[in-house]
Amino acid sequence: MYDGGKIVPGLIIFVGLMTFPLWYNSGNAGPAPKLEKPAGKTACVKDTHFMRTSHMVLLNQWRDTVLRDGDRTEVTAAGEKYEKSLMLGCMKCHSDKKKFCDECHQYAAVKPYCWDCHFPPKENL
Amino acid sequence: MDMKRRDFLKIAGISTIAGIGAPAALQVLLKGEVPASSFASGGAEEETGHGVAAPVGRRYGFVIDTRVFAKDQGLAQKCINACHRIHNVPDFRNKKDEIKWIWETGYANAFTSKSHNLRSDEVHHRKYMVLCNHCDNPPCVRACPTKATFKRPDGIVAMDYHRCIGCRFCMAACPYGSRSFNWRDPRGKDDKTGRYFIERKHLNKDFPTRMRGVVEKCNLCVERLAKGKMPKCVEEAGNSGAMIFGDLNDPHSEIRKVLASTFTIQRKPELGTKPSIFYIV
Amino acid sequence: MLEKALVGSSRYKVWMAFLLALMGIGGLSYIQQYNYGLGYTGMSRDVSWGVYIAQFTFLVGVAASGVMVVLPYYLHNYKVFGKITILGEFLAVASVSMCLMFIMVDLGQPLRALNVLLHPTPHSILFWDMIVLNVYLFLNIFVGWVVLTANKKEMPPPKWIKPFIYISIPWAVSIHTVTAFLYAGLPGRHFWLTAILAPRFLASAFAAGPALLILLCLVIKRVSKFDAGQEAIQKLVTIIAYAALINVFFVLLEFFTSYYSNIPGHMDTLNYLFFGLRGHHQLVPWMWTSVVLGISAIVMLLVPYFKLKEGFLALACVMIFFSLWIDKGIGLVIGGFVPNPLEEITPYYLTFGEVLITLGIWATGFFILTVLYKIALAVREEELIV
Repeated sequence: MYDGGKIVPGLIIFVGLMTFPLWYNSGNAGPAPKLEKPAGKTACVKDTHFMRTSHMVLLNQWRDTVLRDGDRTEVTAAGEKYEKSLMLGCMKCHSDKKKFCDECHQYAAVKPYCWDCHFPPKENL
Repeated sequence: MDMKRRDFLKIAGISTIAGIGAPAALQVLLKGEVPASSFASGGAEEETGHGVAAPVGRRYGFVIDTRVFAKDQGLAQKCINACHRIHNVPDFRNKKDEIKWIWETGYANAFTSKSHNLRSDEVHHRKYMVLCNHCDNPPCVRACPTKATFKRPDGIVAMDYHRCIGCRFCMAACPYGSRSFNWRDPRGKDDKTGRYFIERKHLNKDFPTRMRGVVEKCNLCVERLAKGKMPKCVEEAGNSGAMIFGDLNDPHSEIRKVLASTFTIQRKPELGTKPSIFYIV
Repeated sequence: MLEKALVGSSRYKVWMAFLLALMGIGGLSYIQQYNYGLGYTGMSRDVSWGVYIAQFTFLVGVAASGVMVVLPYYLHNYKVFGKITILGEFLAVASVSMCLMFIMVDLGQPLRALNVLLHPTPHSILFWDMIVLNVYLFLNIFVGWVVLTANKKEMPPPKWIKPFIYISIPWAVSIHTVTAFLYAGLPGRHFWLTAILAPRFLASAFAAGPALLILLCLVIKRVSKFDAGQEAIQKLVTIIAYAALINVFFVLLEFFTSYYSNIPGHMDTLNYLFFGLRGHHQLVPWMWTSVVLGISAIVMLLVPYFKLKEGFLALACVMIFFSLWIDKGIGLVIGGFVPNPLEEITPYYLTFGEVLITLGIWATGFFILTVLYKIALAVREEELIV
C-alpha cells in the first residue's frame, strides 16, 4: 500500500471520530421520559405496547382510510367511540402535546411533521 | 451486413409485437385507479356528446344559479369567505403567491369556449363563481405521479397533502385553473406588516392548514359531508336557490330535477373532463 | 481512472475553482429557497413552472442528442465519429444529471421525491419520465465507462456491451418523446396540445446538442492534444443544419395551423410570444432574437465560406444553441402558461435567487462534464503518446 503509514492512522482517527457519540454514550440511554396520560380514561384504542411502538403506523392507516377511502367509521375503546383523527380523536384525550408527544419524540430524536398542518389542542402555532 | 439485417429483423419483430399490445396496455394505464370513470368505456359512449357520465356509484355536483348571485351582490363573497375561513385558506395579499379554492371571475374567463358576442350586458358583466369542477374524468388525477390527487368513489377529486411532492404537474394539467400551490408557509406572516396569512381570529382549529410546497384546492367539503352537513358554500347560500348540491347519479335528486328542467352549461365540456359543476346563466 | 481528473494544468484548476464557486453560490441560494419555499422564485399560480422546468426540458434534448454521434458510429459503422462518441455519451451524462437537479430544485417537497417510486403511478407521464431519464443516465455512464476502460487497456470493448449501446439509441429518442408527452397530453393548454411537439423537440434537440458538442470539440482542441478531426466536425455541422431547418419547418407548421384555423386559443400563445397579447409583450424581444439568431446561424452553417472557418463556425454554433435555448427553454414552457386557463395574462419574471440556482446547476453540469472529459481525454492522450 502506498502511504500506508498515513492512511491507516488516518482511517482509525476517522472511524473513531465518526463513532464517538456511540461509544461515549454506550450503555446510557438517559432517563426514559414519563408521559402524561389522560385523566379519567382507562383504555386507548390499542394496547399500550402497540401504541408505544406503532402509533405512527396506526395514524398512517387512519389517514389513508379516512382520506382516500372515505371510511370514517369510529373506533371503540372501553365502550367509548373515537374519531379516526389525530386532531379530533387522539388529541381530545391526550390534550397536552408537549407533555405527551414532544417529550418522547425529543427523547427518540424524531421530528414528525404532523403539526406543520394539524393543530395541537392548545393555542400554539 | 447479413448479421446486421438479421439483427434488424429481430428488433423489428419484437417492436411489432410490442406495438400490437400497446393500445390495450395504454387503455389499462389511462384508466388509472378509478373504476367509476366512464373514460374506460370509451367505445360504449352514446352519441349524446361529451357531457355524459357513467351512472356508477355517487357523483356529487353543484348547480350554480348565477342569476341569483347577480341579484344578491354580497352573496358570492359571503360564500367565498366562509369557505376560505373554515378551510384555513391563507391570504398572502399578493397575486404571485395567491391561493384560492372558490372565487369569482368574468363570463369570458369562466366560459372561454362559449361565445360571448352580442350577449346582454348584464350577463356579460355578471361575475361567475368558479371552483374545482370535480371532473368525472379529471386530467389532474391522470397527471399526478404519486396518486396524491385522486378520485374518490363519490366523485370528489381529493388531495392527500401528506403525499404531494409539489411537482405541480396537476396545475399544468387542470384546464380550469382550479389548483393553487403553497409557494410559502401558509402559517407564516408578512415580514413588513406582521400580519398572519391566516388571520388568527379566523383559524378553524378543527381543520388542518397546509404546509409549504404542496398543491391545494377545493375538497368539496368532504369533512362536512362525512358528518351529514352541506358544503359550506351551499350552506351560506342557504335557501336562496343560488347553489344546489346533490348526487348527479341519483335520478330522483333535486339537482337532477333542476338539470332536467333548466338549461345549464358546464365549463369547457369539449375537453371530455365531464365537469360536475353546472351553471344556470 | 478517476484520479486523472485530480491533476491538470493551472488553467484547468482555475476553471474548476470557478465552477465550484458558482456551485457554492447556487447551493447557498438553494438553501434559502428550501427554507422560504418556492415563493423564492418568480413562479405564480398562473405560471406554475418556470425557468427550472424550462432548463430541464431543454437539457433533456441536449442529452438525447448524444444519439447523433452514437447512432452513426455503432449502427452504420461511421468510423469518423469514433473519436467523439465518448464525448457525446459523457455530454448526455452531464445533461441528464442537470435535468435531475432541475427537477429536484423545482419540487415543493423535495424530501418526498421518492414517493414517485413508493406509489408508482403508470398513468402519470412524469412517472415514465423519471424512469426513462434514470435508465438513460445509467446507460450512458455504463457504456462510456466500459468502452473507456477497454481503451485504456488497449483492448476492443467487450462484446456484451453492444446490447446496451443498441438500447441506448432508441432510449435517447424515448427520453425526449416522453418529455414532450408531459406537455402534449394536457387538455386545455392549446399551445402544447399538438401532436408535432415530440418531433419538434427532437429536431431542436438534434440541432442544439451537436452545436454544443462542436463548441466543446473546438475548446478541447485548444486545451489538449485531442482533435476531433475536420470531417467529424463538418458531419456534425450538416446534422445541425438539417435538424435546425426541420425545426424551423415544424414551427412554421404550428403557425399555419394556428393562424389559418383562426382558433383564438391556438393563436393566443403564439401572439403573446411573437407579437404581444392584449398589451403584454414580455417575451417578444426574446423570441425575435431567437428567430434572427436561428436563421442567421442556419445560413452560416450551410455556406462553405462560414462553416469551414473555425471562428465563424463557433459563432454559428453559439447562435444556434442560444436561439434554441430561448425557443424551447423560455418560449415553449413559460409561453405555454400564457394565457392561463381562464385566459388571463400573468407575466413571469425571474428572481435573482432563481438565476443563481440555475447558474449553480449549469456549473455543476459543466463540472461533471469537465471531469468526465478530462478522464476520457487523458486516456486517449496516453493512446496518442504510446
